[in-house]
Amino acid sequence: MPDLLLELFSEEIPARMQRRAAEDLKKLVTDALVERGFLYEGAQAFSTPRRLALTIMGLPVKGQDVREERKGPRVGSPDAAIQGFLKGAGLTSLDQARIESDPKKGEFYVAIIEKPGRATTAVLAEILPQIVKTFPWPKSMRWGAASAEAGSLRWVRPLQSILCTFGPETEDPEIVRFEVDGIVSGDVTYGHRFLAPDAIRVKRFDDYAPALERAKVVLDADRRKDMILHDAKDLAFAQGLELVEDEGLLEEVAGLVEWPVVLMGSFDEAFLGIPPEVIRTTIRANQKCFVLRDPNTGKLANKFLLTSNLIASDGGKTIVGGNERVVRARLSDAKFFWETDQKVKLEDRLEKLKTIVFHEKLGTQYERVERIAALAKELAPVVGADPALAERAARLAKADLVTEMVGEFPELQGLMGRYYATLQGEHPSVAAAVEEHYKPLGPSDRVPTDPVSVAVALADKIDTLVGFWAIDEKPTGSKDPFALRRAALGVIRLLLVGEKRINLRRYVSIALNPYRSASAVPADTSMTGISQREDAFFEDLLSFFADRLKVYLRDQGARHDLIDAVFALEGQDDLLMIVRRVEALGRFLDTEDGANLLAGYRRAANILRIEEKKDGRTYDEAPDLHIVNDHGQIEEKALAVALHGAKDEARNAVAAEDFEGAMRALSRLRQPVDAFFDKVTVNAEDPALRANRLRLLNSLREATRTVADFSRIEG
Amino acid sequence: MTSEPAHMNPARSFQGLILTLQRYWAEQGCVILQPYDMEMGAGTFHPATTLRALGPKPWRAAYVQPSRRPKDGRYGENPNRLQHYYQFQVILKPNPPNLQELYLGSLEAIGIDTAVHDIRFVEDDWESPTLGAWGLGWECWCDGMEVSQFTYFQQVAGFECAPVAGELTYGLERLAMYLQGVESIYDLNFNGQDGDRKVTYAQVFLQAEQEYSRHNFEVADTEMLFRHFRDAEAACRKYLEAGEPKDGSNDSRHLMALPAYDQCIKASHMFNLLDARGVISVTERQSYILRVRELAKACGAAWLKTEGGGVAA
Repeated sequence: MPDLLLELFSEEIPARMQRRAAEDLKKLVTDALVERGFLYEGAQAFSTPRRLALTIMGLPVKGQDVREERKGPRVGSPDAAIQGFLKGAGLTSLDQARIESDPKKGEFYVAIIEKPGRATTAVLAEILPQIVKTFPWPKSMRWGAASAEAGSLRWVRPLQSILCTFGPETEDPEIVRFEVDGIVSGDVTYGHRFLAPDAIRVKRFDDYAPALERAKVVLDADRRKDMILHDAKDLAFAQGLELVEDEGLLEEVAGLVEWPVVLMGSFDEAFLGIPPEVIRTTIRANQKCFVLRDPNTGKLANKFLLTSNLIASDGGKTIVGGNERVVRARLSDAKFFWETDQKVKLEDRLEKLKTIVFHEKLGTQYERVERIAALAKELAPVVGADPALAERAARLAKADLVTEMVGEFPELQGLMGRYYATLQGEHPSVAAAVEEHYKPLGPSDRVPTDPVSVAVALADKIDTLVGFWAIDEKPTGSKDPFALRRAALGVIRLLLVGEKRINLRRYVSIALNPYRSASAVPADTSMTGISQREDAFFEDLLSFFADRLKVYLRDQGARHDLIDAVFALEGQDDLLMIVRRVEALGRFLDTEDGANLLAGYRRAANILRIEEKKDGRTYDEAPDLHIVNDHGQIEEKALAVALHGAKDEARNAVAAEDFEGAMRALSRLRQPVDAFFDKVTVNAEDPALRANRLRLLNSLREATRTVADFSRIEG
Repeated sequence: MTSEPAHMNPARSFQGLILTLQRYWAEQGCVILQPYDMEMGAGTFHPATTLRALGPKPWRAAYVQPSRRPKDGRYGENPNRLQHYYQFQVILKPNPPNLQELYLGSLEAIGIDTAVHDIRFVEDDWESPTLGAWGLGWECWCDGMEVSQFTYFQQVAGFECAPVAGELTYGLERLAMYLQGVESIYDLNFNGQDGDRKVTYAQVFLQAEQEYSRHNFEVADTEMLFRHFRDAEAACRKYLEAGEPKDGSNDSRHLMALPAYDQCIKASHMFNLLDARGVISVTERQSYILRVRELAKACGAAWLKTEGGGVAA
């Protein structure tokens, strides 16, 4: 079976787009083939800085022949019907049709339409230009003389040539001929830009990849990565050092070279006084080089590894020299920033935060720091932190934003603050909180444990959420420009992982204080007006937390309906307790007692719904025990007694936060509930007895509400 | 090149570097222009790039443009930063298909041998909010150092470029530092001579850096600058208005695109000076950038109605 080889050769493709583009190319071409009925045995896509390549193995030479019989009108039908049949079947005269007969219909015409399968090359020549023209690059451009006209070809960078061959292993393949905006497909590619720039004539993938290899192009990005990693480790080992591995950087540099050559450079040891994260960030971000460490001490070495794209005639001496110059200049800058920054204390930088707008409607960073500090101080006692330390840490937390270093490398925010705080003799917890208050940054980021860090981290996130809620900038759909979902998840993880209990409502209310004068929370003269609006505000924000909590717990395998069942109760704002209750409820429902009680609850709720609707009234009152005693059956007496005891016991247990105990109390209802439904007819003839039995069922509903809203439980 | 005297060698002479690039691009059919006689933040602002990038007419030009970045002043104390430096700018419209090869040829011409130097094209998308312009291209690296910007203009002054122009910008001081192997801009040999006849970059520009840093950060008359910004903005609008084709006239050309654009350049520089003086707040900043962009867009629209912009005479 023949194979396809396609190469799209262009000017340098951004490293970050290459892998995805190769995958897109493979999917688009194979999908288009399959859609047209062409199956294949295998496909592989490759990328280098200058080319996307695709090979599809085992394609048929041509598509399936299609034979179709089309029944026509009866012999002797009116001319219009005959003409319509001929036209539809693509025949020129009735001689080309067959006549068949049928006992019912009599004689009628049949046309045989035979469509021979199209040659695969013809189909490819049709598919490929379209794929090239509509290729899903994240960003694309026009170029050259052709761009004078509207609708000219767009590509990530100028597309220079297209190679496309198709054929079996045993014969010379043919060129799949097509043209895209003046670029005519052929069988020619080019080697390494500097090492082997000449044209190379290619037959099929089997000679394409080796020919490129000879022309100093390693087609497979993963192989380039392996080569770089291997050489880097070797070079490090030879110096008694260890490579600081960096998968993101490796992927990027593999997309910047067609022929990787790893070289080692060094810098002045004096620069090692700069924090290692800074050295690494500088060398990585600006120079795309790896750093090395001493395996014995774990400390950075004054060496770096660069990946060049050249087998240089001087062995790389010039390249290393040039890179060393740039690294030296960069590290000199970093050293200058590091030393300059230390001359100004963090607290003296706060004034400058007044010039930085956090958000147009939420004021400057300075105002934000004031809010966070006030909130952190309030939160400190409940998370076990010293309020003075929490306040201090919060005040210094954003000061590094105006340091030279963070100005140059924003990704070092927090970390630099910690360094500078430590250097100026702050309490270790304060220094730690300056870094850790940003955490956790995502679902897998580490959750800080130092109480001071927890207090400031909570304050930072709650202030952000309350602020954006107050100005009505909530996340919608996929849009969450201020990362509010992440902030809410951060609060959740801080509380759950750290097992910290706070009444969210109280701290949201405190956090709201500074915004009360803001326009989004308009002043209202009546106190009830304010509190009503605040209730609505809080309910809205709490339901956002509930959604985030659901997502979080679902990821951990909990049932989202149980979370709803607990949130549906009044006044639930202690996330840790909510989760404990959900866990206890889940365990209870997994027992036989729990499952049966749920079934009994549902039966009671159904009867109540139907009867209450029929009667146009509710049965909320407590059941009349005299009626039960005087006229009731033994089972309803038993249920009444059990309900009375269980409800109180469950309520007390909940008050004592003993959720297991509450569930245990409810589980004792199972037997009387089952017996009740077994023996007692709710709709008794005596209207008083009937009403009382409905009240009894309502008591059951009420009793379950001490732990959760059972109506929200699914399954 | 062998007949070149030593003092013209780009590896030892700053002006030798400039002259070599000029000669190289002259060979490619570029008109070699002299710097535009106005203060601007980058060579792109020169009308030979901004305006000529618009419209259908072919255009090839190369020139040195002194670039003023008031905020980058360091009182002559930083070996890598200047508030006034030179860019070498090349524009080819439409970009020829071998522009990358031509660029690499220019590096060979100034003595960068691709057998020993690692040249790389690293993704860098260019955007100028003040000019309403953007393009795709690369930073060109030589042994890990950015030596040029390479951009395919997609839009200028809010208009699609049709055809697209290729733009090359060489940071001359940085390139010269690498070629001459010096660690400070001020140590560059300007004229390539030895002994008494040698003139360094410091001798030419150090005093200027010190004085202009003082001016940019401490002394520049902000009230005047604000006024000049407003004046330039008003003048730009006025000239655009005056140059509009008259109703009922057979001639549909705009008559004042270039003088109007000068005022746009001026407004932009006034803004840069005000920004360096720290008198423009973060929120105001955006609105000033927007005001300059509106001028640039209006000038671009006017240019497209001129002969240079493609309207038949």
